Amino acid sequence: MTIKKFMFVNRKAPYGTIYALESLEVVLIGAAFEQDVSMAFTDDGVYQLKKGQNTKAIGIKGFEKTYGALEDYDVTKLYVDQESLTARGLTAEDLCVPVEVVSRAELGKHMEAQDVVLSF
Amino acid sequence: MIFSILVNEGPYQHQASDTAFNFAKTVLSKGHTIFRVFFYHDGVNNGTRLTTPPQDDRNVIAKWTKLAQDSELDMVVCVAAAQRRGIVDEGEAKRNGKDATNLAPGFRISGLGQLIEAGIQSDRIVTFGD
Amino acid sequence: MLNIINKTPWDRPALDAALQCADGGSILLIEDGVYAATRGSASEARLKDAMGRLKIYALGPDLEARGVADRLTEGVTVVGYDGFVDLVAENKTCQSWL
Repeated sequence: MTIKKFMFVNRKAPYGTIYALESLEVVLIGAAFEQDVSMAFTDDGVYQLKKGQNTKAIGIKGFEKTYGALEDYDVTKLYVDQESLTARGLTAEDLCVPVEVVSRAELGKHMEAQDVVLSF
Repeated sequence: MIFSILVNEGPYQHQASDTAFNFAKTVLSKGHTIFRVFFYHDGVNNGTRLTTPPQDDRNVIAKWTKLAQDSELDMVVCVAAAQRRGIVDEGEAKRNGKDATNLAPGFRISGLGQLIEAGIQSDRIVTFGD
Repeated sequence: MLNIINKTPWDRPALDAALQCADGGSILLIEDGVYAATRGSASEARLKDAMGRLKIYALGPDLEARGVADRLTEGVTVVGYDGFVDLVAENKTCQSWL
């Protein structure tokens, strides 16, 4: 099968809308198809990776753990936009998985290198 | 050139489906091919035949159905997103014990793999959403 | 890359994010995104700054629908759906900044 470079760009916070969860579902399928998958987190998307999520009291299934399982699917290229982190008072230590923190210019270069970019 | 289209919002609430439709029509009129139109997130709501818009408004669903029939478009509604939102064909109704179906003609329900396949098989994939 | 923006810069940071990430390529403003390309708006300077390295397009039918077709920022190219399809075809990839 053809292997293409797929990047999933996440720009929305979790739980307020379903985009983050349904984006993860696409990422896992992309990995199952053995594509070259990477993920980018920018703007409010960086909130998806904030560690210590506990959704018990809002009655919605939490999915912080799924980010931790991405490695098992060989999804290891997680790029997080430095500027978006800083603007939200976060650092890489606040995140639930190891990531590569990049500048917007670097993120743009990664985007340019893709065959398919899907933004959720 | 081979295109695919991803529609992430339902009809009426957002312009996404209208823009995607106009784009799809233009792609075909310019002699390109559309491998697949994939409906995800609330975009699955484009696949219900039970909408009744006011008579002086467009019928977004009927427009998609007609385009699919006229141009033999492959229009796929994501099964996981459809189950969440109550978009049901006969197979799904049987499988999940539902007493009705609502999938519009021209659409079919299938898995997310169809979106990844569209990305692999197409030269370009364009997303319309919110 | 073709960067597609469909929200105003006041509603979402999508245009700014795209302008800062993109190194070359094009920006296409559609739907509510076209308001960014109107003369005298606070986003005009940002668009003009970007014009040296990016080509900026706006979807004509969306400008007309919103009554702003005659207020276009200088240097922005208006395209129809025809031009939209051409832009997607000409660029190796496209990204909708949702």
